[in-house]
Amino acid sequence: MADRLALSPNVPRAAVNTGARLWVSSFLVAVRMVRKFARTPQLIAFTAIQSALFLLMFRFAFGGAIRTGGSLSYINFLVPGFIATTVLWAGMGAAVGVAEDVEHGFIDRLRSLPIPRSAVLIGRSLADTALLVWGLAIAAVFGFAVGFRPHGSVSGALAAFGLCVVFGFAFEWIFIVIGLVSGTAQAAQQMGLVITPLVFLSSAYVPVASMPGGVRQFSEFQPVTPMVDAVRRLTTGPQGQALLPHSIGHYVGLSLVWAAAIFVVFGLVAVLRFARR
Amino acid sequence: MQPPILEARGLMKRYGKTQALAGLDLVAEPGRVVALLGPNGAGKTTFVRAVATLLRPDAGTLHVDGIDVLRKPAKARQVIGLAGQFAAVEEAMTGRENLEMVARLFGLSRKDAKDAAVRVLDQMQLTADANRLVRTYSGGMRRRIDLGISLVGTPRLLLLDEPSAGLDPGGRIQLWDAIRDLVVTGTDILLTTQYLDEADRLASDIVIIDHGKVIAAGTPAELKTRAGDDMIEVHVHDADDLAAVSSVLAKIGYDPRVDVPTRRAFVSADNGSARLMEALRVLDQQGITVEDISLRRPTLDEVFLALTGKPAQTTDSPEQPVGA
Repeated sequence: MADRLALSPNVPRAAVNTGARLWVSSFLVAVRMVRKFARTPQLIAFTAIQSALFLLMFRFAFGGAIRTGGSLSYINFLVPGFIATTVLWAGMGAAVGVAEDVEHGFIDRLRSLPIPRSAVLIGRSLADTALLVWGLAIAAVFGFAVGFRPHGSVSGALAAFGLCVVFGFAFEWIFIVIGLVSGTAQAAQQMGLVITPLVFLSSAYVPVASMPGGVRQFSEFQPVTPMVDAVRRLTTGPQGQALLPHSIGHYVGLSLVWAAAIFVVFGLVAVLRFARR
Repeated sequence: MQPPILEARGLMKRYGKTQALAGLDLVAEPGRVVALLGPNGAGKTTFVRAVATLLRPDAGTLHVDGIDVLRKPAKARQVIGLAGQFAAVEEAMTGRENLEMVARLFGLSRKDAKDAAVRVLDQMQLTADANRLVRTYSGGMRRRIDLGISLVGTPRLLLLDEPSAGLDPGGRIQLWDAIRDLVVTGTDILLTTQYLDEADRLASDIVIIDHGKVIAAGTPAELKTRAGDDMIEVHVHDADDLAAVSSVLAKIGYDPRVDVPTRRAFVSADNGSARLMEALRVLDQQGITVEDISLRRPTLDEVFLALTGKPAQTTDSPEQPVGA
């Protein structure tokens, strides 16, 4: 470049921007997300209110009609499922957020910068997963408030919490894909509703055994059920185990396999979709 | 010899049935502000997105500062800055935070990023508002911080896609000043606009595109010359006289038009000064009271109309052809 400058001293040249590396870029993208969340009271309040409404409805409106099929009380059945499925409701917000960034040109701006493009997605998924911890903590506090009392070990409760975070991170990639393909926040909101059957046709709120044939088969097969079962078993001890045909390792293992599969498939789709031009 | 800052050859891009770029050729030399002018759907934004590596053309070659954009998009991103049609800023961060974030993404160290933010805030006259959240900014301030964000990395080629869209006149003038100041710092600019006055004020070169192709290129003065002859413009006192004036002008020049709201009639004429005298004489004979009569170069509106056969979107009221 120096010789070129010498040849044409009348045209001042700007420097080349080498661009930030993958982890620095991902970190910067994540910081932006966390700041956005922390400084937008509506987002924080909405997570909490939605969470509370769901819990109250199931605890007090539907709960009386639901039998757990064992000695486990409905409140102790419900709250682990409620906490576990919080990750899916939070994910819907992520899809809308990604779509908003596409719609408002923010993604285009990041894509035009000299950074690894995957950093935009990695930063986003890490930040959303960190924010998920907030959502899970709120859900847990509400659970205690309406009468949930865990009967497992402390390490079991922590493992359940960790499992929720891992599962949330994997599901985040489904919602990133939804956000990227939907293009507008409104469309993302509607497409995000595809998760509703995964939440309600699972063991989260109602025992799978009470469901009719086809629905029951779907519920037993889909990823949310083993995940909810693992969390419930880890937090409710023997009473929770009594409802389940397999040992705890089965449910934890199955949900980790699901999480890995979802992450690999949807992570790949998201990266390919994002890199496309 | 420096390579052109931007060189596009035979660029093609098709979306379904729409041919957005239909063999676009464009060469921009360093040190210039190039305005890409054209109606909606002409291919302006598609072209900018291709240069910004956001989409891949179906055919053709594209170089920025000698870098092959299609083969080495990552390298091309090191020398470009983009400000798109939306103010792509994080509303929940301050102006300063937005600038520092993007500066660091451009690869600057923490300290250099802080310095760059201070420089750009000053350049965009936003220093006083640097620590306020962007969601409290006015539309004009958002546009300026958006422009500033694309500058923290001091790009060689700055791409501005309709930079003043949606701004009030005061905001546009402030933005134009900011853009003009950039040229001095060695940043070449490619901007798209639908506003002829914007292209005329900012650009050293204007490229008119329509249907994905360049239909004319040159300096504003060259384009006005190419559109041909002088215009005779008559401003009458009474709008009822416009029809009579128009028929007089039709015999003197060609392509007469009237603009009723402003009570003006125009005609193109070769050998303008002689024709002007003739027009005055005939109008006087017919006893038509004329408020003002003038001989002028065509405006870019008229150039655009002559080249494309359809009016550009302008900030002024469009002129209606006679009989329309």
